[in-house]
Amino acid sequence: MNTAIEHQKPIIEINDLQKSFGDNHVLDGFNMCLNEGENLVVMGKSGSGKSVMIKCLIGLEEPDSGLILVMGKNINELKQDELDELRTEIGFLFQGSALYDSMSVLENLEFPLRRHKKKFGTIKDTKPLVMEALESVGLVHTLNLMPEALSGGMKRRIALARTLILRPKIILYDEPTTGLDPITSKEILLLMKSIQNKYNTSSIIITHDVNCAKMISNRMIILVDGINYAEGTFEELSTSNDPKIRDFFN
Amino acid sequence: MNNIYKIDELFKVFLLEIGELSYFAGRFFKETFKRPFEFKEFIRQCFYMGNRSLFLVSVTGFIIGLVFTLQSRPTLQKFGAVSWMPSMVSISIIREIGPIITALICAGRIGSGIGAELGSMRVTEQIDAMEVSGTNPFKYLVVTRILATTFMLPILVFFGDAIAIYGSYLVENTKGNVSFLLYYNQVFDSLEFGDLIPATIKTFFFGFAIGLVGCFKGYTCKKGTAGVGFAANSAVVFTSMLLFIIDFIAVFVTNIFYDL
Repeated sequence: MNTAIEHQKPIIEINDLQKSFGDNHVLDGFNMCLNEGENLVVMGKSGSGKSVMIKCLIGLEEPDSGLILVMGKNINELKQDELDELRTEIGFLFQGSALYDSMSVLENLEFPLRRHKKKFGTIKDTKPLVMEALESVGLVHTLNLMPEALSGGMKRRIALARTLILRPKIILYDEPTTGLDPITSKEILLLMKSIQNKYNTSSIIITHDVNCAKMISNRMIILVDGINYAEGTFEELSTSNDPKIRDFFN
Repeated sequence: MNNIYKIDELFKVFLLEIGELSYFAGRFFKETFKRPFEFKEFIRQCFYMGNRSLFLVSVTGFIIGLVFTLQSRPTLQKFGAVSWMPSMVSISIIREIGPIITALICAGRIGSGIGAELGSMRVTEQIDAMEVSGTNPFKYLVVTRILATTFMLPILVFFGDAIAIYGSYLVENTKGNVSFLLYYNQVFDSLEFGDLIPATIKTFFFGFAIGLVGCFKGYTCKKGTAGVGFAANSAVVFTSMLLFIIDFIAVFVTNIFYDL
């Protein structure tokens, strides 16, 4: 593991996280820690609770029990206003991009900004922020296009630009390369790397994609049966003899 | 025994749905008066709902006016009461037919649209995306739409009523050679504020019901494309039922006031 990152203070801590849907115990005592500037990849089978875990992190799902500290704040004890404030520090890239399809690219990017006027000023002042975010993903020319006119890869990039516009300290990626061809996937991964270098963000990346994990992770967690089954660098885990871990890399 | 169990389960689901809808309505009232106000989006929704429904409401109103007059005329003629036609048409359209028919059309046109739009936004995680960006999707999507339907429906009903009465006039003019001024004089002579005010008040409730149920079904839509279809469909069915219940209560309350 990158020792420089290891010695930095944790920006996210999860202790004994439990979440069930009826009789289905999705998370059963999950523990995790994300350090500043780190890229943490979480791998697991479909339905193993990876997405539920990051949704708990940002307050989209309410955990049954457990402690979630984001930048020192307990997510479950925050009032709505405080949670909204904290959410400006956390970006979330959805699996399906989740662009607002009734709004143009410009409006999609402006939407989060106009809700946080205190932090970013009025819409006129935020125009440079929109342009900068679009430049970061190399899609300035799409400014006035509607989401339906964009390809899957472009949608993912615009969604990333929308995530970046609030200048988050943490970015949560929910399967960023799923449904994309290998070339576009690589472009997205390179973009994620360059974003991390440029904005010094910390990231949790949920993925099934081994190439993605290899390219971007500082550290990995394998999620099995609702717990962090294994933890280590890509090299450590990919050479493991444990059949449950090997399955992910074969 | 099995059937009784099924009925019991269905009744529980129904009560649960009513409970959730009441909670949703409560949240609407709470959020409506909280800052920031989404005035621009409210105006956009008013324009969208009013403007896009105008043609449908006009056509339906016009045909109702025509058909209603054509059907009633022979009967009134038998009793030598054709001169009562404008009064009969105006009172029945203003008091009952205009509001309920327009509301039912809007339930189909607007209610299903809201259900499908919010449902697909829920399924494609657009609502979640709004939430994680620290905005309040309930305020932006739900409050604006419910307010827009509440304030636009009375206007659409007025418009539909006017077109329906015009349709009725066209039949009367063709069959009985009545002038436009004479027909409208008779229409307004027979109308009182007692006809107009309760009918107008209930249209606000109709509009509220259309927006509330459409938003509720869409916003709480279960995952999948089938869920979107179900949200749109059930929004129309549920709203239509609710409209008749509101109409019954409105007529009942109005009659109490008339008796006083």
